[in-house]
Amino acid sequence: MKVVLENLTKKFPSRTKGGSDVIAVNDFNFEIPDGQLIGLLGPSGCGKSTCLNLLSGLQTPTSGKIYFGDDDVTNLPPENRGVGLVFQNYALYPHLTVKQNIMFPLQNLKGADKLSKPEMEEKALEAAKLVQIDGLMDRKPSELSGGQQQRVAIARALVKMPRLLLLDEPLSNLDARLRLQTREEIRRIQNETNITTVFVTHDQEEAMSISDMIVVMKDGVLQQIGKPQDVYDSPVNLFVAKFLGTPPINVFVGRVEGEKVWIGDEAVAEAKGVSDQPVYIGIRPEGFELSKEGTLTCNLSRVEVMGRDISVISTHKDAETEAIRSIIDADNLESIVGATVKFEIKPHKILIFNKETEERIYIGE
Amino acid sequence: MEKRSNKAWIYLLPAILFLGVFMVYPLIDVFVYSFEEGYNFASQNFWGVGLYNYSYVLHDPYFLQAVKNTFILVMFTVPISTGLALLISAGLNSIKKVKDLYQTIYFLPYVTNTLAVGLVFMILFKQTPYSDGLINMIIGFFGMEPVDFIGGPYWAKMMVLCIYTVWVVMPFKILVLTSALASVNQDYYNAAKVDGASKFTIFRRITLPMISPTVFYLIITGFIGAFKAYSDAVALFGTDLNSAEMNTIVGYIYDMLYGNSGGYPSFASAAAIILFAIVLTITCINLLISKKHVHY
Repeated sequence: MKVVLENLTKKFPSRTKGGSDVIAVNDFNFEIPDGQLIGLLGPSGCGKSTCLNLLSGLQTPTSGKIYFGDDDVTNLPPENRGVGLVFQNYALYPHLTVKQNIMFPLQNLKGADKLSKPEMEEKALEAAKLVQIDGLMDRKPSELSGGQQQRVAIARALVKMPRLLLLDEPLSNLDARLRLQTREEIRRIQNETNITTVFVTHDQEEAMSISDMIVVMKDGVLQQIGKPQDVYDSPVNLFVAKFLGTPPINVFVGRVEGEKVWIGDEAVAEAKGVSDQPVYIGIRPEGFELSKEGTLTCNLSRVEVMGRDISVISTHKDAETEAIRSIIDADNLESIVGATVKFEIKPHKILIFNKETEERIYIGE
Repeated sequence: MEKRSNKAWIYLLPAILFLGVFMVYPLIDVFVYSFEEGYNFASQNFWGVGLYNYSYVLHDPYFLQAVKNTFILVMFTVPISTGLALLISAGLNSIKKVKDLYQTIYFLPYVTNTLAVGLVFMILFKQTPYSDGLINMIIGFFGMEPVDFIGGPYWAKMMVLCIYTVWVVMPFKILVLTSALASVNQDYYNAAKVDGASKFTIFRRITLPMISPTVFYLIITGFIGAFKAYSDAVALFGTDLNSAEMNTIVGYIYDMLYGNSGGYPSFASAAAIILFAIVLTITCINLLISKKHVHY
């Protein structure tokens, strides 16, 4: 089932008298294709949880429409939407066993959908098997580890076969190792069930690694939507460029002059068709190459060896950030000598942003 | 280790002394008195030791009346007051605007003096040469005969006592329950809503189990409190409760000690021990039942 958001807006009244409303979600328009896994991504407070609550029906939009398939569900209460929601803290009912927790949504079915007890138990077991917790059915949530609780929460959301599965920061309460494992698990479950899934996260790596598409938000405004690699390679503005990627992109203050990109008094790359203007220049860490004839000269701070590759930390007076982090093949370790280091910039890794609007105006070829 | 435990005893000493003198010693003493037949305060002597005190108390019609009254009071007021408090606090929890105002109003009886409340109830229920009382005016409005609630038939007096007790114990229950309800994480309700649960189902299957320890606490303390009822009856019916047929067990104990017919510490002690046995039994039953229904 595809999900369509049309001019979706949610405003919260201001806390202070006479203050302006807080716009948590501002005029959203996008379509989630059937059976895809979508990552809603943004810094905290950007409105991604509000967006999820609007999809689940726990909050009603100020204006705009939400369609599930062809049905307008904008004013439908959550129980009639057929959504499954996994909460950040799982919200497992502590007084019920795992089995009772998973069966709870089924017990609320009414009319024609009503199930007999054996049917419910069978479905619950099916859902439990899917997330591999079928051995823990008689335990209470307090007797489970964080990862197991997470699985129970997913099973509970899945058991009634929702049309849309929503996950609110599903991995934030797990430790680093479990997080890796669980995100693959979520991907697998989504593939097996083929339920359209939206998941919210502030961790860009998490979103990029498992999503079919990511939606980047900032202050309630949709910034960019697209395949993770596309958004990473061609961000529409400086915010998206900075938000995606670890280590983060390196930003320099420079200018375009005579279709060349200048950082300080060094021309580092070509910029065909760009008029002369002051710009921000973004270079991903993997966009640097060590070279004796390199066009960008930086002051070497230190070298971090990470095995597979090394990361060269250097400084430059025109860099926006204190440290420039570049990732270089470990074979080149010996060529780093002296107080300065010279880089060649891979042309296709250069992003140029307008100094005023911070919109992207050029991608290197 | 040894030294440290000595030090601990010293720290505990004031409390132990205090509790020992004013709690443990009297408890043991009451137990001893209850077996000493014909104990006399003044001469500090008694005829003999045995079960006569218990036999006397258990055959005393006033005591049996007091036990009956107390049991009726307990059986009606504890479930009604707890249930009503639950309804009111659930209602309070679901409104936003004037919640604080209502909370204050519901809490007022708690800070009001028992006797002052008794006075208000007099205005409501008591028949005087000048007025039939507010409730009788309402009853009369519907064309029914006025009832003498304070000096009339047993059921009318009992009803007033029950209403009074419910009214007096409710504020505290509402206060405790509203804070228990407020502490339930909103996410559980949201989860249940997404899971398609109706409001009633949410209350029965989510809210109630979540606050069950608090409800259980209120029921236990409610039972104990109702078994110890005395001042409420005095506020309504005066100190001669026996002739009003409205005595309670604690009232009986008091009368045996200091009342007009008083001066019988042995009988009073026996009655106190019987009350203790009743409360203990009921509390144990409560604990057993709660194991099944309370989720911590």
